[in-house]
Amino acid sequence: MTFLHRHRWATPYLLLLPGMAFLAVFFLVPTYYLANTSLQSGDLFSGYVFSWAWENYTDAVTRYQAQFLRSLQYAGLATLLAFLISYPLVYWIAFRGGRWKNLLLLFIIAPFFVTYLIRTLAWQTLLGDEGFVVQTLQTLHLLAEDGRLLATSTAVVAGITYNFLPFMALPIYVSLEQIDQRLIEAAEDLYASRVMAFLRVTFPLSLPGVFAGTLLTFIPAAGDFINAQLLGTPHQSMIGNVIQSKFKVIADYPEAAALSFVLMSAILVVVLVYARVLGSERLTG
Amino acid sequence: MTTAAERLPARRTSGLLVRALRFVRHHLLTVYAMLAFAYLLLPIAVVIVFSFNNPAGKFNIVWQGFTFDNWLHPFNSPDVQQAVTVSVQIAALSSVIATALGTFIALALVRYRFRGNGATNLLIFLPMATPEIVLGASLLTLFLNNPLGVLPPLGFGTVLIAHIMFCISYVVVTVKARLVGFDRHLEEAAMDLGANEVTTFLRVTLPLIAPAILAGALLSFALSVDDFVITYLNSGSVVTFPLYVWGAARTEISPAINVIGSAIFFIAIAIMLVNVLWQWRRQPKGAV
Repeated sequence: MTFLHRHRWATPYLLLLPGMAFLAVFFLVPTYYLANTSLQSGDLFSGYVFSWAWENYTDAVTRYQAQFLRSLQYAGLATLLAFLISYPLVYWIAFRGGRWKNLLLLFIIAPFFVTYLIRTLAWQTLLGDEGFVVQTLQTLHLLAEDGRLLATSTAVVAGITYNFLPFMALPIYVSLEQIDQRLIEAAEDLYASRVMAFLRVTFPLSLPGVFAGTLLTFIPAAGDFINAQLLGTPHQSMIGNVIQSKFKVIADYPEAAALSFVLMSAILVVVLVYARVLGSERLTG
Repeated sequence: MTTAAERLPARRTSGLLVRALRFVRHHLLTVYAMLAFAYLLLPIAVVIVFSFNNPAGKFNIVWQGFTFDNWLHPFNSPDVQQAVTVSVQIAALSSVIATALGTFIALALVRYRFRGNGATNLLIFLPMATPEIVLGASLLTLFLNNPLGVLPPLGFGTVLIAHIMFCISYVVVTVKARLVGFDRHLEEAAMDLGANEVTTFLRVTLPLIAPAILAGALLSFALSVDDFVITYLNSGSVVTFPLYVWGAARTEISPAINVIGSAIFFIAIAIMLVNVLWQWRRQPKGAV
């Protein structure tokens, strides 16, 4: 303790040390090894050695272009759907929820309490050929007699939307909740219609939440492979499916590592463009 | 005068119309919200309902008949029991360790001004902004290369390390959020009354921030029990509950999976409900 008294400046660093050291060793160092592995060549039996094998990257981009594009498309679509579903929902909770707000929020995060894989399997049951969703759509002739939902892009996007929806809903809720009601009243006092007041006051004020929610949904969605695996077919396979099978099934570590880096960069580019479009300096700064 | 008298009923009907439209719109939003809730809760209902199913074949997908058997014997197969045990062990260990490490970081970030603040925040944020598959992949390359030869072989140890790693950031964020409103005068008062730093921390700070720490620990536990992607890549031959479900999903989906899934759900909901009720009681009456 005398040491602490004499060196008070050291206290925050002592508090930080164990946790940050752990993150450095098991988050930063692995990133180095991922980069290192992505430039290795060889095969599983003779071993992989570092050899500046940039062809892993050209291979990754050319051979798996379709899966990359599909990942970004599915993730983008799911993010949009999650936004359209959750915005009105959390708006309703924030402004009409009253005393029940916390309880209603519990409903939104309830899906998180069911193991990820199990709730995706539940979608398998729901969308299955004998399930009532397909039967109903067929009765209404919205789906052909031999039409399917399971094993289609629709099912995969629906699954991704469902699984990441709370990530979209919660940040939007937080930013709606923080809005000073008097601002909206002021807009209405100044003869803005309710629609105008929403468009010019409420919605712009909720944009930080929309921004955060979009990123929190899009990033995990772009890397996901469980929905494509359980609800789709190889025709719906996303880049995550390729990466996981290269690591776990065929043990082509260098290619898998290169794919992971390309995925990270692709996500980063999309996020930066999106941030620029939305003017995030204003939002987050 | 007559024109004014003529206008009045017209205005009244348009007022009625506006009110009717507003009524519909309010309810439109409510209806939309109800549908959205249904969408959110429907798969959960499926999980729970099918935990009472008495399936004919190996796949618990089509409803056959009601039974309590699944709930009476959830651990029919020793593999399930083993997987659940491993999951709980890893979740308990990783949440305790991640909570300790994360709480210290949160304390440093909220309570002290120091150099490297920005870098610290960035290093906390990055793991949360990285897709799980990339997190898992980079850890796997570290374990495969095993520099210095000190890391454990793929298995329980590597999964534990991975879970601690991705939980730390969430603990920091959770604890930090609750620490911001912390009244430092209470600590100063304790010091003025002659308590040293350790006593002050143990007798004043710790009891005050205990709810924040508990929230961080619960979140870590939940994240750990639920994790699939990172675990899958770094598991070697150890099988956690989500990994068991993954393996089983190809050959059979037994109601036992639904029973355990539902049980986890009910436990989590119970904990959250206690929390919500507790917050309610602390709120002054009449406050919304």
